[in-house]
Amino acid sequence: MNRFHSLTSGLYRGEVSFDFVGRAKQWYILSAVMLLIALGSLAVNGLKFGVEFSGGAVFSVPSESCEITTAREAAAAEVPEGDPIVTELNGSSGRQVKVQTVDLTPAETGAVNQALADACNVPLEDVSTQVIGPSWGEQITQKALTGLVVFLVLIVIYLSIMFEWRMAIGALVALFHDVFITVGIYSLSGFEVTPATVIGVLTILGYSLYDTVVVFDKVKENTRGIQTSSRMTYSEAANLAVNQTLVRSINTSVVGLLPVASLLFVGAYVLGAGTLKDLALALFVGIAVGTYSSIFIATPVLAQLKEREPAMAALAKRVNARRSGGRDVAKGAGDGDGSGDGSADSVMTGAGSAAGSATRGPRNQPKRKAKKKR
Amino acid sequence: MATPTSGRPGRALLVLLVIAIAMGGWMAWKGVNTPKLGLDLQGGTTVTLVPSPAEGEKGTITDESIDEAVNIISARVNGAGVAEAEVAKQGSGQNAVIVVSVPGVTEDALVEQLGQTARLGFRPVLAAQPAVAPTPVPSPSSTDKPGSKKDNKNSGQQGGGNGGLLPRIGPDVSSANAVTGKNDKGGGNQSQSPTPTTAPSVAPAPAPAPTPTAAAVPPELQQQFNTLDCTDQAQQNVGTDFPDKEPAIACDRNGNEKFLLGPVAVPGSDVDTAQANLQQNTAGWVVSLDFNSDGTKTFGQITAEMALQPPDTPGNRFAIVLDGVVVSAPGVNEAIPGGQAQISGQFTQQESQDLANVLKFGALPLTFEIAERSTISPTLGDDQLQAGLIAGALGLALVVLYLLVYYRALALVAVSSLIIAGAFTYASVVILGETLGFTLTLAGVAGLIVAIGITADSFIVYFERIRDEVREGRSLRSALESGWVRARRTIVAADFISLIAAVVLWVLSVGGVRGFAFTLGLTTVIDLIVVFLFTKPLVTLLARTKFFNSGSKWSGLSPERLGAKPKPENPKRPSRQTVKEA
Repeated sequence: MNRFHSLTSGLYRGEVSFDFVGRAKQWYILSAVMLLIALGSLAVNGLKFGVEFSGGAVFSVPSESCEITTAREAAAAEVPEGDPIVTELNGSSGRQVKVQTVDLTPAETGAVNQALADACNVPLEDVSTQVIGPSWGEQITQKALTGLVVFLVLIVIYLSIMFEWRMAIGALVALFHDVFITVGIYSLSGFEVTPATVIGVLTILGYSLYDTVVVFDKVKENTRGIQTSSRMTYSEAANLAVNQTLVRSINTSVVGLLPVASLLFVGAYVLGAGTLKDLALALFVGIAVGTYSSIFIATPVLAQLKEREPAMAALAKRVNARRSGGRDVAKGAGDGDGSGDGSADSVMTGAGSAAGSATRGPRNQPKRKAKKKR
Repeated sequence: MATPTSGRPGRALLVLLVIAIAMGGWMAWKGVNTPKLGLDLQGGTTVTLVPSPAEGEKGTITDESIDEAVNIISARVNGAGVAEAEVAKQGSGQNAVIVVSVPGVTEDALVEQLGQTARLGFRPVLAAQPAVAPTPVPSPSSTDKPGSKKDNKNSGQQGGGNGGLLPRIGPDVSSANAVTGKNDKGGGNQSQSPTPTTAPSVAPAPAPAPTPTAAAVPPELQQQFNTLDCTDQAQQNVGTDFPDKEPAIACDRNGNEKFLLGPVAVPGSDVDTAQANLQQNTAGWVVSLDFNSDGTKTFGQITAEMALQPPDTPGNRFAIVLDGVVVSAPGVNEAIPGGQAQISGQFTQQESQDLANVLKFGALPLTFEIAERSTISPTLGDDQLQAGLIAGALGLALVVLYLLVYYRALALVAVSSLIIAGAFTYASVVILGETLGFTLTLAGVAGLIVAIGITADSFIVYFERIRDEVREGRSLRSALESGWVRARRTIVAADFISLIAAVVLWVLSVGGVRGFAFTLGLTTVIDLIVVFLFTKPLVTLLARTKFFNSGSKWSGLSPERLGAKPKPENPKRPSRQTVKEA
C-alpha cells in the first residue's frame, strides 16, 4: 500500500512519469497491429450473427430430462421444413433445451410450442418462444448506425465547444479504435452477435468518451496559459495530465469492470446465456479497450495535432532552447512564477527535478528509472 | 474559492431530504413500492410491429398515424378481451415501432391479428340475416324499453340479427345546416320508434332485395352468403378479403348477423372526425361524425337514395365495415347532405366511444409487419430477474470492497453515496413505472448495474482531486473546496457525455436498447444530484470532524500517506523546493 501511495503521489507530481505521449509511435503501432488483426479476422471469419439477425424462431424448454433428439423430432414433426437445431443450455438455474428453427407463422409457433411441451412433458406456459422476422436484425442495426452518426455529430459539437476540435478528433480516433477492436474480438472469438451486443457496443461509445473527457479535462487545465511560461511543451503538459489522471483511470476502469464482470459471471453461469451475458461481454471488452485508448491513443493524437499549431511549435522551440541553456534557467523560471495555480507549480517542479537529476532527451521527463522509485 | 462554506452543506442535505421525503411520500400515498417489471422479467408475450406505408397508399409514417395505429391496435387487443395488455409507441417518426405487451400466455390468433391493416369503409347493405338459424328473439325485444341502456346491451349480445335495436343515422342536430327541422331532437328519438315493432321483420330478411345502389351480385357470392355461418369463429373474418370496389359478405362483430354488402360507397378516409356525445334530451350516447368534402358529396347522395327505402329493410341500411367486420349497420332516417351525421342506437358510453374511435381511426394508410415476438415463461422471467439482482448485488459488493480498500474511511462517503443513489434510482423507477408506464426490463437492469461504475467514478474523480490538492500541501478544508471546484467541472462534462449517449440511444432505438438507455440516462442524472447534494456536503461536514482533519492514516486523506509536501499550512504558495525522494 505504501509503495502504491508513493507511486500515485509521484505520478501526480511528475516525479514518476510514464511517457505516453512521447512514445506515441509505439502505441500507434501496437494499436495498428491490433486493428489489422481485427479487420483481418473480420474479413476472413466475419461475425457470427445470432438468430435475431437472420430471422427465425427459438423455443426454450426448461427440462432436466428432455432428450435433444426427442425435442428435435417433436419440432420436425410440426414444421418439417423448419430445419430445427437443438442445443442444451446448462445454468445453475436449471437445464434448458433450445430449439431453433426458421421463421414461423404464429400458428406454427403455437403448434411447435404444444408439441415440445408434450414431448418434454412440461406445462405449455413454461415454454418460452422468440420469433424474429428476417428484417428485424437489419432494422436494429440500421437504427444503431443512425444513432451512432447522430451521437458522433453531437459529440464533436459538444467537445468542440467545451474543449476544442482537436480534442474532438482525438476522442473520435479513440472511439473508432475501441469499437473496431471490440468487433474484432467478437470476430476472432466467434462470440455470437445479438442485439444485446449492439447495445453493449453503443454503450462502449459513451464509456470510452467519458473516460477520454476526464483525461482531456486535465489536459486542458494543465495547458492553460502554457504559452506564457515557456516551461514545458504542450506534449509534456498533456503527458503529465495523463499521468496525473492515471490512478483515476485505473480506479474507474476497475470500478466499471467489477459490476460488468459480475454481470458476465451471473449471465454466463447462472442463466447459461442470453441478454445479460451478451451485453456484459461487449461491455467488458469495450471498457478495457476504452481505458487503454483514452491513455494511449486519444491524448497522443491530441498532442500531435496541437504540436502542429504554429504557436505550440514555437513554444516547443522556446522550451527546448531554454533547456539547452542549462538547468539553472529552468530553475530560475520556476522561481519567477509563483502565482500560477497549484498544479502548474507542481508541473514545474516535476520538470525541474528531472532536469536536475539527469540529462535526458528533449522531453525532459525521467523515464525508466523513475518507474522503479521505491 | 478555497474557503470552507459553512452554511451550505446543511442546506444541500436538506434539499435532498425534501426530495427523498417527497418521493417516499408519493410512493406511500399511491401504495406502490415495486417497479413495474417488463415481460422478460415476469413472463408474457411481447410483439414488435414495424410500420410501412400500405400498398397503394401514399401516406407516410408520421407520429400521428402511428398514434392512430396504436389506438386501433389497442382496440383490437382489448376487443379480444385481453386484460392488462399494453400497446405503446416506441421511437418517433420514421423510426417508430409499436410494441404490444401482453402478460401471461397469449392466443396465437391475437398475435396474427395485430399486424393487420385497418380498413374502414361504408358499404350499402344488400341483405342481412341473423347469423344463426333464426331463433325467435322475443325476450329482448319484449322487455326492451326505449332508452334503457341495460336492455340494449343484453339484446345486442343475445338477440339474433341486430336484436331489434337498429342503430339509426341522421343529420347531426348540432349542425346548423342540414335538415334539422324534421328531427329536432336528433336520432335518439328516431331510433326508438321503429324498434319494438320492426325488429322481428328485420331478422328473417330473405334473399337480397335489389336496391338502387346494388351493383350486380355475382351468383357465387350469393351462394357464399347463403352458406355463411357467422357463429363459426373461423368464418367471422370472411369479409377481410374483399376488395373495396367489389361486393362483399361479412359478419358483424359478435357473429350475430351476416351481411351481403355492396361495394364501398364511402371510404373511411373520407371521415374527418368522429366523437361520442351524450344526447342531452334522451340521456343516450350518440356518435357524431363529420365527412370531408368528398365524403359529404357521396354520403349525401347515397343517404338520399337509402332514405327512400322503407325503414329497417336492408336497402335502408349501410354498414360500417372495419377490417372486413361490420361494426355497425345503422338505418338511414333521411338524406344527410351536410356532411355531418349522427348515429344513435341506445349505445352505452363505451360502445359509442368505440364506434367513434373506429370511425376516426379506422382508415389507416399503414401496414404492420411483425418484426419480433417473444414469449417468456413466468419461470424464465423469474430466473432472469433473480440473475439480474444477484449480478447487481455482487457487482455492488465488489465495488464497495474495492473502494474501502483504496479509500478507507473516505470510502464510507462513497458507499453511502452509492446507497443513496441506489435508493433514489429505485424510487424513480417505481414512480416512473406508475406515472409514465416505464417498465424495467432485463436490459434496463443491466443498465442499472453498469451505472454503478459510472456513479462510483464521480466519487473517484472528486476524491482523487482532493488527494491531489492535499499533495499540493493544502489544508484539508481548503483541499476539499478547491478540489471540488475542479472535480465538479470534470464530473459535469463527463456525465453530460453519458447523457447524450443515453438520449440518442433512447430516441433512435427500439426494444431492449431503449430500456437500457433509459436507466443509463436516469442514473446519470441521479449521479449528478447525489454528488452535488449529498457527497460534497457530506465530505464538507466530515472534514470538520477531528478524525479527518487530523489526517488520520485511516481517513484516506492523510497528507503523509499521500506524500504531501511538508508545508501544509501554506496552501497559497506551495513549496518550490522539490521534495527529494530518498
